[in-house]
Amino acid sequence: MSEEEKILEEVTGADYKYGFTTDIESDTIPKGLNEDVVRLISSKKEEPEWLLNYRLKAFETWKKMEEPDWANIKYNKPDYQDIIYYAAPKQKKKLNSLDELDPEMKKTFDKLGISIDEQKKLAGVAVDFVMDSVSVATSFKDKLGELGIIFCSISEAVKEHPELVKKYIGTVVPTSDNFFSALNSAVFTDGSFCYIPKGVKCPMELSTYFRINQAGTGQFERTLLIADEGSYVSYLEGCTAPMRDENQLHAAVVELIAMDDAEIKYSTVQNWYPGDANGVGGVFNFVTKRGICHNRSKISWTQVETGSAVTWKYPSCILKGDNSIGEFYSVAVTNNYQQADTGTKMIHLGKNSKSTIISKGICAGKSEGSYRGLVKIQKSAENARNFSQCDSLLMGDKCGSHTFPYIEVKNKSAKIEHEATTSKIGEDQIFYCNQRGIGTEEAIALIVNGYCKDVLNQLPMEFAVEAQKLLAISLEGSVG
Amino acid sequence: MDKQLYMLKINNLKASIEGNKILTGINLDVKPGEVHAIMGPNGSGKSTLSSVIAGREEYEVEDGTIDFDGESIMDLSPEERAHKGIFLSFQYPIEIPGVSVSNFLKTSLNESRKAQGLEPMPAGDLLKMMREKMELLEIKKGFLSRSLNQGFSGGEKKRNEIFQMAMLEPKLAILDETDSGLDIDALRIVANGVNKLKSKDNATVLITHYQRLLDYIVPDFVHVLYNGRIVKSGTKDLAHELEEKGYDWIIKEAEQL
Repeated sequence: MSEEEKILEEVTGADYKYGFTTDIESDTIPKGLNEDVVRLISSKKEEPEWLLNYRLKAFETWKKMEEPDWANIKYNKPDYQDIIYYAAPKQKKKLNSLDELDPEMKKTFDKLGISIDEQKKLAGVAVDFVMDSVSVATSFKDKLGELGIIFCSISEAVKEHPELVKKYIGTVVPTSDNFFSALNSAVFTDGSFCYIPKGVKCPMELSTYFRINQAGTGQFERTLLIADEGSYVSYLEGCTAPMRDENQLHAAVVELIAMDDAEIKYSTVQNWYPGDANGVGGVFNFVTKRGICHNRSKISWTQVETGSAVTWKYPSCILKGDNSIGEFYSVAVTNNYQQADTGTKMIHLGKNSKSTIISKGICAGKSEGSYRGLVKIQKSAENARNFSQCDSLLMGDKCGSHTFPYIEVKNKSAKIEHEATTSKIGEDQIFYCNQRGIGTEEAIALIVNGYCKDVLNQLPMEFAVEAQKLLAISLEGSVG
Repeated sequence: MDKQLYMLKINNLKASIEGNKILTGINLDVKPGEVHAIMGPNGSGKSTLSSVIAGREEYEVEDGTIDFDGESIMDLSPEERAHKGIFLSFQYPIEIPGVSVSNFLKTSLNESRKAQGLEPMPAGDLLKMMREKMELLEIKKGFLSRSLNQGFSGGEKKRNEIFQMAMLEPKLAILDETDSGLDIDALRIVANGVNKLKSKDNATVLITHYQRLLDYIVPDFVHVLYNGRIVKSGTKDLAHELEEKGYDWIIKEAEQL
């Protein structure tokens, strides 16, 4: 590796220090959570009564619940009365051009291969300078509108398409599902909504556009995605660029509904602030993601998780319909003192339902990574199939990798396969690469990307390239 | 003699691993165009010598010098040595799951080009070059997309090493027990490949147990390594003598000194 690149990597390893600054927020409510706060959030958002009632019910449920502690993670539980639950979208400091951007941050963007226009958006450069991408975004919206695709913020959807939101919200992740989903249901402030009408194949990845607009949706994000009969959509959330947030707790809820013969591909790249090298700070990411598959439909979750101090996340599929398919492809990287407990649940109800789980954990530093997965075959699920593969790659000897597979089968015709491996990046592998002229950092990137290939292949092309680079950056310096 | 004439010049090289002295004073000079064979009984230090030349860091060099093209390479990293044109064909090539042969070669070749200030090789040229070299080593089409060394037979692994050597066109190729694990057909193909790659500008060091390989790749010099030192050097005839009489007589000779 060239000297320049080395410097760059060192810089990117520390770039959170240079995170975005924000102006003082104008519209906030006092700290703490009680019924009045829930009412206040609802009224500030000018919500209909049914939604207020939904929130209040969720809040009542949440009050009776206890924060779960079964996951293989250790953290100081947040003080829920010390959090501000409503703040108007924060204004990022406007820059006049990219020249004003911190050069280190600029280098990170360049290294990740993020386009200039997008860099400007991410960095909060004044919008006048990016007329092009604004018009691109608008034309996206026009094109989607022609096809009847609804793609907007969930607040907007509540106003414009209340019947859809009312019909589907909370149907896949009930408010009482878990502590964090109940909390989210009571206080969510924004998120995304997407509806693909019958028979429509969404012609573009709902990605670039979304990535830009997602910034600032807050810590209790709510996403609802409905693919009507015979439709298709590929949806991308997150960002490879480092995301800094003052909110330590993130508790999002994502619900997917795939009607008969529909297909949803949902890809996530998560790179929230992981805390510093000593394990101080960092985002707690407690996410509930679940999809329901009707007859012959398919939901495919792909995730690349490199950020957050604590990750608690199990994107799941309820395979309700006959011949439905659920897939879960995951790469979870932990370094320094990061902890991740992630995996999936595949609940088979329909006949001939099929699920595939490919999980690749990479642990470095003093981190702990766990795979936790449930495969449940209900009585009704005649001829259900599952294939699970859970691999762990360890770097160094101070990290830990754990696998907790749960299998419950209530129908004898089920076929379930589970494979698991644990490996280490060996000095032999690195020396072999070195001998062929490949430096150590490059060698690690090559080996790790090879290891994750089955998952990265599931990502949309341009995003896969960024994700590869992200993996290399996340693991920089982890082999001495 | 002017030292510039030597490609590789090793002087009184002593090296150890975890406190065990393996190399106890190696002297070896290799000129461009030459083929040297290093033979010796198990545990004599043959593979250690190749690893130390390639720069493996587990070994501690305690004394001596290694010059390559007239300059010391003692302070260079393994990849820097590779960029200078030193290639080591591994006795046990390493598996890298999920990384295809073509991707690995592309990375390897372009890293070396980068070190020389060259642009990455255009994909078309790269593919053409791969095809030519594959033909040379009678490698089948689907090979390029397989994961590096994963599930390869012993013969395929060795052939893949020589394929990489053919692609990287090193100045100095050290072939560590390339003949082990090869059946007679594979041996012929590999040896044929090595012979075709020979030129007046490059040099080859063969590390081997057996005379068999030397029937196919004829060495200019044969050295016998014992207890970490070269105890006898000669021509191809020495290899034949070893085949006939074994190593004992040389060991006795060496111990009398």
